[in-house]
Amino acid sequence: MEELATQVLLLTASTVRLATPLVLCAMAGLFAERSGVVDIGLEGKMLGAAFAAAAAAAVSGSAWVGLVAAIAVSWSLAMLHGFASITHKGDQVVSGMAINIAVAGLGPVLADAWFRQAGRVPVSGEDARFLPIELPFAEAARSIPLIGPFYAEVVSDHNLLVYVAAVSIPIVAWVVYRTRFGLRLRAVGENPSAVDTAGISVDGMRYRALMVTGLLAGIAGAYLSIAQGAGFTRDMSAGRGYLALAALIFGKWRPVPAVLACLLFAFADAVQARLQGVELPLIGEIPTQAIQALPYLLTILLLAGFVGRAVAPRAIGQPYVKER
Amino acid sequence: MPTKLPPWVNFGLLPLLNLGMAFLVAGLIVVVLGENPFAAMRLLVFGAFGYGEAVGYTFFYATNFIFTGLAVALAFQCGLFNIGGEGQAYIGGLGVGLAGIWLGHWPAPIGLVVGIMAAAAFGGAWGFIPGWLQARRGSHTVITTIMLNFIAASLMTYLLVNPLRRPGQQIPESMTFDERMWLPQLSTVLRDLGYDIGRSPLNAALLLALVCCVLYWLFIWKTRAGYEMRVVGRSEPAAVYGGISPARQIMIAMTLSGALAGLMSLNEVLGAQHRLTLGFTGGYGFVGIAVALMGRNHPIGIVLAALLFGALYQGGSELAFDMPKINKDMVVVIQGLVILFAGALEHMFRPWLEARFARPALPAAAVA
Repeated sequence: MEELATQVLLLTASTVRLATPLVLCAMAGLFAERSGVVDIGLEGKMLGAAFAAAAAAAVSGSAWVGLVAAIAVSWSLAMLHGFASITHKGDQVVSGMAINIAVAGLGPVLADAWFRQAGRVPVSGEDARFLPIELPFAEAARSIPLIGPFYAEVVSDHNLLVYVAAVSIPIVAWVVYRTRFGLRLRAVGENPSAVDTAGISVDGMRYRALMVTGLLAGIAGAYLSIAQGAGFTRDMSAGRGYLALAALIFGKWRPVPAVLACLLFAFADAVQARLQGVELPLIGEIPTQAIQALPYLLTILLLAGFVGRAVAPRAIGQPYVKER
Repeated sequence: MPTKLPPWVNFGLLPLLNLGMAFLVAGLIVVVLGENPFAAMRLLVFGAFGYGEAVGYTFFYATNFIFTGLAVALAFQCGLFNIGGEGQAYIGGLGVGLAGIWLGHWPAPIGLVVGIMAAAAFGGAWGFIPGWLQARRGSHTVITTIMLNFIAASLMTYLLVNPLRRPGQQIPESMTFDERMWLPQLSTVLRDLGYDIGRSPLNAALLLALVCCVLYWLFIWKTRAGYEMRVVGRSEPAAVYGGISPARQIMIAMTLSGALAGLMSLNEVLGAQHRLTLGFTGGYGFVGIAVALMGRNHPIGIVLAALLFGALYQGGSELAFDMPKINKDMVVVIQGLVILFAGALEHMFRPWLEARFARPALPAAAVA
């Protein structure tokens, strides 16, 4: 029993750790997509940020410098996306894809040229990374049944960015549903001409949404390379940007359901890591690839309307052309 | 998109201008890396065309890109964006691989022909799924094809690690196929003609790719089905008004697009490796996007763009060898920049060019 409880706690804790970049990225995507800009480039922004964070932290020895660099790079890529798809009314998917591919190549190229470690940027030193923080009384509370171990294992002992991700969820929900900015954001994604008629700049709103996207995706990237990991490796985002996009769709473009989808996908990932080579009763060994493919399969089934129905913001993907 | 530009600007100057921008930015990156971009360019061109074997490799890579470029272009004609070329090529490779494993003992050309058909059929089936989902359930192909890329990768990893792995071996790859299943190499034919392409794996898949270009041209511009597909791509309401079913066209377009992407696997699996390997698609499916955008969805443009990327891939690996500060991922950067400038930012120069080259308006307007 004790053993099982520990297993469950460890599984929950690793779910939280795996969900963090997905949550940050999904929240990032939520702003872009709710404003009517498709953001396939989450993957590239996160990867670019991961490289910037590792490079800046490795050189400066400070995790905070790394975080700032990560946000700066991700933000610039978001603005590039805006320049192509808002200002020049280019295809949003093509623009996102261009960013993903260019960054996937640029990371290893710069890493190789500047650090000469076969496309990697190792980050070492205590101050250069966000290390796990032990919350007050974590050890003391351990003796309290149920709540104590949960507090010590699942709530405490994460790095700062995990808590940032957790705090971002209510803030995003509040901003999107309870502020003037949020109302305009949702309106510009559903009916841009109505927003335009009200005297609000559609392009301006979309650029502002992309700024938030850049900020959050930047934090997600920094998490990968200087919090959860210790350095940059090629393709280290490993499709998490696309997975976050899937979670966003799975959550029907709403903050809380999207977070739940992130947790579900992260849980599948955590279970998959633990089930490798384990024989389950009745079913036998489940191939890890089957669990890896599960989130993508679920998203397709959802999009096809077999499990619920996902309705995108109405004006998504269309550049706004003012009537002349 | 209707354009006021004369064709030589629309199909010649504009793509060259976009390509020039991509190379300009790439050149600046090379400067940042501390190398001379002109020296890098020279090494790249020599690495791609300098000697027979290099030329062979350049055309070998170009073969991959013709297939994936045609695949993306065909979907574009119907107004669809197929990002799933990577997955469709991978699953096409499964068809080829199964044929290679099971049909190796069949008399010579029959097994090979079945293998070619299997590549198209498997890739086509993997393309039909997002097509059907778009046409019948309204799920956007961009998202579903991305998801299907990941599912294809998981599926292939599972198959190559478990049932298809060559017995008694740790590396996740299939057994080597019987020689009857190998595509004929062009090196012997070319040597007889007095041209030596060394040990490059250039093979008959190149000829098949060129045949596909002709078939693509005939289908899109000379058949009724191709016409209907283009109408759907331009305007769905117009298609419905004209009695064309967009759903049907979408399914046909995605299936054919998947089949073309699937054929890419022939070049790698039956032409070069002679066995099924993990990740043999190597991102070539994504290069197809850049190729189709550069080539303006026209077969001649696609062949030229594929050749450009073939040269970049071959020359790029030579360049990485000669200039240690530049690694071969530089080619991926250029690919991304081409997609950015030729695709997402294609409208950047257009107003400027239209102001200069637009066909003269009616004389009356000029007088007024």
